[in-house]
Amino acid sequence: MSKSSPTFSKGGIHPRESKELTEHLPIEAMPPPEEVDILLLQHFGSPCRVLVDKKATVIEGETIGVVDAGLGASVHSSVSGTVKSIGASPHPVRVEAPSVTIRRDPQAEPKVFTPSEWEHFSPEELLEKIRNAGLVGLGGAGFPTHLKLSPPPGTRLDKLILNAAECEPYLNCDNRTMIEFPHEILTGARIILRILGIKECHIGIENNKQEAIWVLSRAAAESTAPDCKISVNPLMVKYPQGSEKQLIQTITGRRVPYPGLPFDVGVMVINVGTAKTIHDAVVLEKPLYERVVTISGRAIARPANLMVRIGTRLSDIVTFLGGTMDNLARIVVGGPMMGFSIPTTDLPVMKTTSGVLFLSDDEIDSRPHGPCIRCGKCVEVCSMGLSPNEVGIYVEAGRARDTAQFGVFECFECGACAFVCPAKRPLVQFTRLAKAKARK
Amino acid sequence: MIPPAWSVSISPHLKSTESVEKIMWTVVACLIPSLILSVFVFGLRALIIAAISTASCVAVEAATQKLLKRPVTVRDGSAVITGLLLAFCIPPGVPLWMPIPGAIMAIYVAKHLLGGIGFNIFNPALIGRAFLVATFPVAMTSAWLAPIHDAAVFGSLGGIDAVSTATPLYVLKHYGMNAVIERFGAPSTLYWDFFVGWRPGCIGETSALLLTLGGLYLMLRRYISWHIPVATVLSVGFFSWVFGGEKLFTGDPVLAVLSGGVILGAFFMATDYVTSPNGNAAKLVFGAGVGALTVLIRLKGGYPEGVCYAILLMNPLSPALEGWFKPKRFAPPKGATT
Repeated sequence: MSKSSPTFSKGGIHPRESKELTEHLPIEAMPPPEEVDILLLQHFGSPCRVLVDKKATVIEGETIGVVDAGLGASVHSSVSGTVKSIGASPHPVRVEAPSVTIRRDPQAEPKVFTPSEWEHFSPEELLEKIRNAGLVGLGGAGFPTHLKLSPPPGTRLDKLILNAAECEPYLNCDNRTMIEFPHEILTGARIILRILGIKECHIGIENNKQEAIWVLSRAAAESTAPDCKISVNPLMVKYPQGSEKQLIQTITGRRVPYPGLPFDVGVMVINVGTAKTIHDAVVLEKPLYERVVTISGRAIARPANLMVRIGTRLSDIVTFLGGTMDNLARIVVGGPMMGFSIPTTDLPVMKTTSGVLFLSDDEIDSRPHGPCIRCGKCVEVCSMGLSPNEVGIYVEAGRARDTAQFGVFECFECGACAFVCPAKRPLVQFTRLAKAKARK
Repeated sequence: MIPPAWSVSISPHLKSTESVEKIMWTVVACLIPSLILSVFVFGLRALIIAAISTASCVAVEAATQKLLKRPVTVRDGSAVITGLLLAFCIPPGVPLWMPIPGAIMAIYVAKHLLGGIGFNIFNPALIGRAFLVATFPVAMTSAWLAPIHDAAVFGSLGGIDAVSTATPLYVLKHYGMNAVIERFGAPSTLYWDFFVGWRPGCIGETSALLLTLGGLYLMLRRYISWHIPVATVLSVGFFSWVFGGEKLFTGDPVLAVLSGGVILGAFFMATDYVTSPNGNAAKLVFGAGVGALTVLIRLKGGYPEGVCYAILLMNPLSPALEGWFKPKRFAPPKGATT
């Protein structure tokens, strides 16, 4: 089956998947922690303006931060309790970001959401609900969803693609969401189709998630949606299949030219987990204040797929799961290919936290790198047709600013080149440096 | 606060299990069967020369790196490969000290003075051989040993006085195809002997069978691709067939491929990462060039054999070939120079 399934045309790698650690574990609700640190900056864009004062009482789902201007999405309290402090918390990318710490009231009743009919809302009203719920893309970059669903006027779209490839090793949050919430995802897809005024949706799933493919295909066949066509597209297992451009090419044959965006070729790509939160935001009017996080790696006592309140500190998760092993060598937020390693477990879960990996010393490779032996493997696996080896040599020679000719800005840092490099060269790091210097 | 015990580094956090050391030592392993066979063909002397060559390459590398204050990396196996390949392309009857100046030239000059592993322009082993041919031409072109046909293999240390033969290419070049058949047998036995390795020649180049098996294993592990070996072999065969006979299209392509260092060069020397291009199209052109130059040198040059110089002449073209055959970008900006 996997042989005949489509995939992108060039490059790609097959890293050890390690999905088996958590793929059959149902999503488990982690009890809310005593305190949460809610970051006011969870995505690209501007930080939120705080709406609450110290010592104020907040309830679960209450808006505590809004964005006045520019890119952004509002944030909500994930617990009921009192504001303990307004300060800063560690952030996986920016080192530190402003945050609100809330102490939970153990007596508070959990909030209950009742579903409502969504079909009679206009696209504008649907978008407003999504904006109010503070949705951002759950796939990684965290682009605010209401902005993504408002393409510039004159944009002609004809296809929605739900990105369910989940090609990063270890991660299963999308996989479990598909298995456990297929109807919510399909409703989310129909809401997006309504907003965009189009009728065709493809769900691209890698072949290593047979159960999700089966569950979603059955749900799609049963659903009675006369005005739209939703299909499940099984894809070959190959990293980075979940990259937007590679996914669009696989499913539609269209190529998004740099520096274009998917809507330039008539396509909108939304992460499958985001579609579920769109359902929650519209049908339940539930803000995005909890999410599924895969906690995995061979150095955590108990791997799990957890429903976690945004703002939960990783240290609380570690305690809940029984601690870490002695051979813990690296903690990674996100997937192992593109995630960020972090120096502290004080870091809170964000809207974009798809996974937290506790990797043991035999899972990582921290050997020092050597000179390029020109084996060409990085060129072979680059799905963008670039030459990472040349970028690396230029950077080492102090000529990083001359690397635009190699198309460094087309690189989306999937890390396939650094994965295969036998000399263990930090090719992603070289490319980031090259981008920074060449931009000036 | 106690600093955390775990490491922070850039993505990706997973790496393949490949390493430079693993690749290099696998290549060494793929060369060993040919070396063992050469002991049966030429006697223990072949092994001694290979040992001297390898040891001197490793020693020169260690000394050079100490001298240049660079980290000593002899464990990566690349100097061992150079040593073996240097031994593989010199005649078994040369004086035992002969590999030492070759090793100095190969490792010190061709490899480390040009930047060390990854930066050399020319294949170091072939530079070593070219240097020896230029400085000790008599030994390098006449110290051949006839294959041993009895069981007294390990008693035979060979020696200068054992020089008693000429290589098939020498005979072909100077006396023609009929002389080759007269000397080495009818085409059927001749092809078989050459394929297995029972013929005079350099230490490691005689057995097309074992060298091909080693090369195929490297392909299976995806350490090399088929492009350079296949292009080289087809090119040698084609041009030998067209120009190798007395009239056009009467040459013997099979003999041309099986004799001399074509198979050794195609699988183990022209495919050297550092000195050959990346990219499949560039590799095909590179291999075809090696083959064409080999035949040109064999037919028109001063030496009966041409593989060594053919590869050395193609080596510096690698960067240009990569420039001409760049990988196709996925979807570059409009007007980008790809």
